[in-house]
Amino acid sequence: MDIIFGRLTIDSLPFYSAIAASGAAITVLGALSVAGVITYFGAWRLVLFDWVSSLDHKKIGIMYIMVALVMLMRGFIDAAMMRSQQAIAFNNDGYLPPSHFDQIFSSHGTIMIFFMAMPFLSGLINLVMPQQIGSRDVAFPFMNSISLWLTTAGAGLVLISLVIGKFSTAGWTGYPPYSESQFTPGVGVDYWLWAVLISGIGSTMTGINFLVTIIKCRAPGMYLTRMPLFTWTVFVTSILMIFAFPALTVACGMLVLDRTLGFHFFTNAMGGNMMNYINLFWLWGHPEVYILILPAFGVFSEVVAVFSQKRLFGYISLVLATMAIGLLSFTVWLHHFFTMGSSAKVNSFFGTMTTIIAVPTGVKVFDWLFTIFRGRIIFKTPMLFTLGFLVTFTIGGLSGVLLALPPVDYLMHNTTFLIAHFHNVIIPGVLFGYLAGYMFWFPKAFGFKLNDKWGAWSFWCWIIGFYLAFMPLYVLGFLGMPRRMEHYDIAAWQPHLIVAAIGAFIIFLGIVCLGVQLWVSIRDRNQLLDLTGDPWNGRSLEWATSSPAAPYNFAVLPQVQSVDAWWDMKERGVAYQRPDRYEPITLPKNTFISAFIGGVGFVFGFAMIWYIWWLAVLCLVLIAGAIIVRASDDDSDYTISADEVKAIEDARFAQLAKAPKNEMEDEPGFAGFPAPEAST
Amino acid sequence: MTAEAAAMTGISPRDAERYEEKEFGFWLYLMSDAIIFSLLFATYLVMVGNTAGGPTGKELFSIERASGETLALLLSSTTFGLAAVALSAADRSKVLIWLAVTFLLGACFIFLEIGEFRGMIAQGAGPERSGFLSGFFTLVGTHGLHVSVGLLWILVMIGQVLFKGLTAPVASRLMRLGLFWHFLDIIWVVIFSVVYLPGLL
Amino acid sequence: MDVSSGIPVERTARPYIIGIVAALILTAIPFGLVATGALPRETTLVIIAAFAVVQILVHLRFFLHIGLEAKPRENLVALAFAAVLIFLMVGGSLWIMFDLYHRMMV
Repeated sequence: MDIIFGRLTIDSLPFYSAIAASGAAITVLGALSVAGVITYFGAWRLVLFDWVSSLDHKKIGIMYIMVALVMLMRGFIDAAMMRSQQAIAFNNDGYLPPSHFDQIFSSHGTIMIFFMAMPFLSGLINLVMPQQIGSRDVAFPFMNSISLWLTTAGAGLVLISLVIGKFSTAGWTGYPPYSESQFTPGVGVDYWLWAVLISGIGSTMTGINFLVTIIKCRAPGMYLTRMPLFTWTVFVTSILMIFAFPALTVACGMLVLDRTLGFHFFTNAMGGNMMNYINLFWLWGHPEVYILILPAFGVFSEVVAVFSQKRLFGYISLVLATMAIGLLSFTVWLHHFFTMGSSAKVNSFFGTMTTIIAVPTGVKVFDWLFTIFRGRIIFKTPMLFTLGFLVTFTIGGLSGVLLALPPVDYLMHNTTFLIAHFHNVIIPGVLFGYLAGYMFWFPKAFGFKLNDKWGAWSFWCWIIGFYLAFMPLYVLGFLGMPRRMEHYDIAAWQPHLIVAAIGAFIIFLGIVCLGVQLWVSIRDRNQLLDLTGDPWNGRSLEWATSSPAAPYNFAVLPQVQSVDAWWDMKERGVAYQRPDRYEPITLPKNTFISAFIGGVGFVFGFAMIWYIWWLAVLCLVLIAGAIIVRASDDDSDYTISADEVKAIEDARFAQLAKAPKNEMEDEPGFAGFPAPEAST
Repeated sequence: MTAEAAAMTGISPRDAERYEEKEFGFWLYLMSDAIIFSLLFATYLVMVGNTAGGPTGKELFSIERASGETLALLLSSTTFGLAAVALSAADRSKVLIWLAVTFLLGACFIFLEIGEFRGMIAQGAGPERSGFLSGFFTLVGTHGLHVSVGLLWILVMIGQVLFKGLTAPVASRLMRLGLFWHFLDIIWVVIFSVVYLPGLL
Repeated sequence: MDVSSGIPVERTARPYIIGIVAALILTAIPFGLVATGALPRETTLVIIAAFAVVQILVHLRFFLHIGLEAKPRENLVALAFAAVLIFLMVGGSLWIMFDLYHRMMV
């Protein structure tokens, strides 16, 4: 142990294996390419002063989604490696040694949940929710930025583990006693712990931010019962974030204390209680999966109404179902460890609650189906994802209800049946939802739409690939295959695993299509322009702003009189009214302090992992200092004068006048815009 | 903030809204902290018997020290309240005095607690001795860390009151510090009721 | 200058005086019972618990000014919701862990 470098040595570099070295090389090359591209376009000023230091919720949202998409690729590479290994490793070792395979399944889960899904939902919510409620920003823009950079810091720790040191081999759940230093010394588990802890603090703050925004920052007339469903799901999701993440902080914090300071929370001896970790982890873990899915349900609610050209069916039941799911999500967590020895009384209580929680989700599915029924469907890609979701997610939900029965779970726990179940709800649920949201709200963010043809190709690859990749895993679960197997000797399993690998390859094509879609759309953006701000004939207020929206979103706060507020305004003929006068608008100034805190947070995590204590202390001092500096700053806003607002708005109205027609008019099956009833 | 209060102080309604938002946001943070503490309590209760052949609470806790810590913290909550009363009367020097007294009482608490921890560690009853002690040190230590952060915050606020006076932003921050400080006193009530008193029985 | 925001500031010291007196009594009695061992163990534990609950309410009412008529309401709702969740999470955890202990000696 070195005073200056802790336990960091030259051996921490990944030259011990070709695969590790390639992973490191790709990571380093990736980072260098990003820096290279920015330099090539001379965009450092833009990146730093307009984006990194921005407290604008829309920009923060876009940056979150960029993190998510990058980490989607990294997480997918993990998946592809696992699938290819399992396809060939019958009676042979395959190409991945066990320690490597273990790191890969651990990072796959960790990345997909913490660094793909969470940033994706945080990004979409950031971009859209304030506009949906007629607000100019979230309640705490500075804290919003800190959350973004802490999440990025966590992602950075996961990425740098490819280059310096190794990642955890203890799964994305980190169960003791294996994750204790007695059995897994070394930096892997510590990388996992600090990445999760640091980004978890960001998520808790995000939950607080969104909840206060919804409760306190709504436009006049935007009663809670007039909010769009997406905002309702954000409301419940925020509550879950605030109250569930503390459990993760406690579980992982205690494991850090065990590993770093020799405490005995979860050790095998000396009074440790290993089951307590499992209990605490899943106290967080179950609400977490609802945090992941509820905003996706919100996206589907929006998309299904707009592209069925019909009002969302069953608003009240959807709201009540969302709330029920939120509350119930805190009553089911033991179903993740039915097999760990609890009595029948305990198991049956949690099993019963788990079957009950399926009911409100079923209500939502029917509400969406009834929205589609007798609608005039427009098959844009977000709607394709929604239809694919409705069919596929239902299967996953059913397999969940099966697993909810403890006796069944005793057979299926930790088999590939379980893997199939949760991917069967996460991919069509969470991922399709966020991809649909990405394509649905892309024009709002950037002012031009995504190419729909490549979007459709991507969807078909994703859904076909999904079925091929995961349906065999249900069968394999019945055939007795456990999860996380690096090699096996049962011949009957291999054909299924080969099919699964083919499915993974088709998903890869889907990801390629997403990339091509983005490339083509940027190239052809002038043909895809969204000049009105309302490219889909939308129903909620985010479609009232320009695309992209002005920094302040609304020059004049809308007066809401109904649910589907924007649709109502179009019907009443007040949609694009020009106000006679403008007021000056105050917004938060850009600042580098939040990014600084995120960056120092990253270094702090690194220092704690490698036992570089002086650096860790220094980082804490710097963070405290930054917070105190910010907390003493009473001049952190700037004002846009009324004249400047007028100039921005005049430009917008000029653009509206130029818009030849709304893009939707060409759409086959388009049912028409809402217009004020002609008075008789 | 009421409309009258806003009118009286010349704070715009918009600013008053923003302070209310900050208050509510901070309260939500305290709720998340309450979850953290309640899970630390749950863990403590699960592990209170896991002494691994080492010392128990009865052998380690001292009712005199626990009383001293309790008195210091409880009085500090009151003195902070008196600082808040002085704030509402716009009495700058009283605010500073009561903040300073609060700081001293809080520092007393920390001093006593550090002494307690050092004594236990010196006896070989540190957190690495057993699961029970890990639970104890983490629960009580997390509370102590929060109090220490509160002490730092009090110092920062003393500085802000000295250099900026009792402006609206300063007052808003003082109110949030008050929420924090009273919340920590509540947690301490639970700590002595769950850890020290039953442990000494 | 009344710069109250959100949680209303008390203009007088009255609630704090009431609060500290009540808190001191509610603290002294449990401490005294433990120091002297005057009552049987189970009774003492019940008194400790009950007085703790009351003292928390005293703190909420007199130091934090959170009562049923408090404005803004959201703080009270958040507190109530947190209380429900704490009951579920802590209660559930204790149930699970003690059940496991009985069956698995874990």
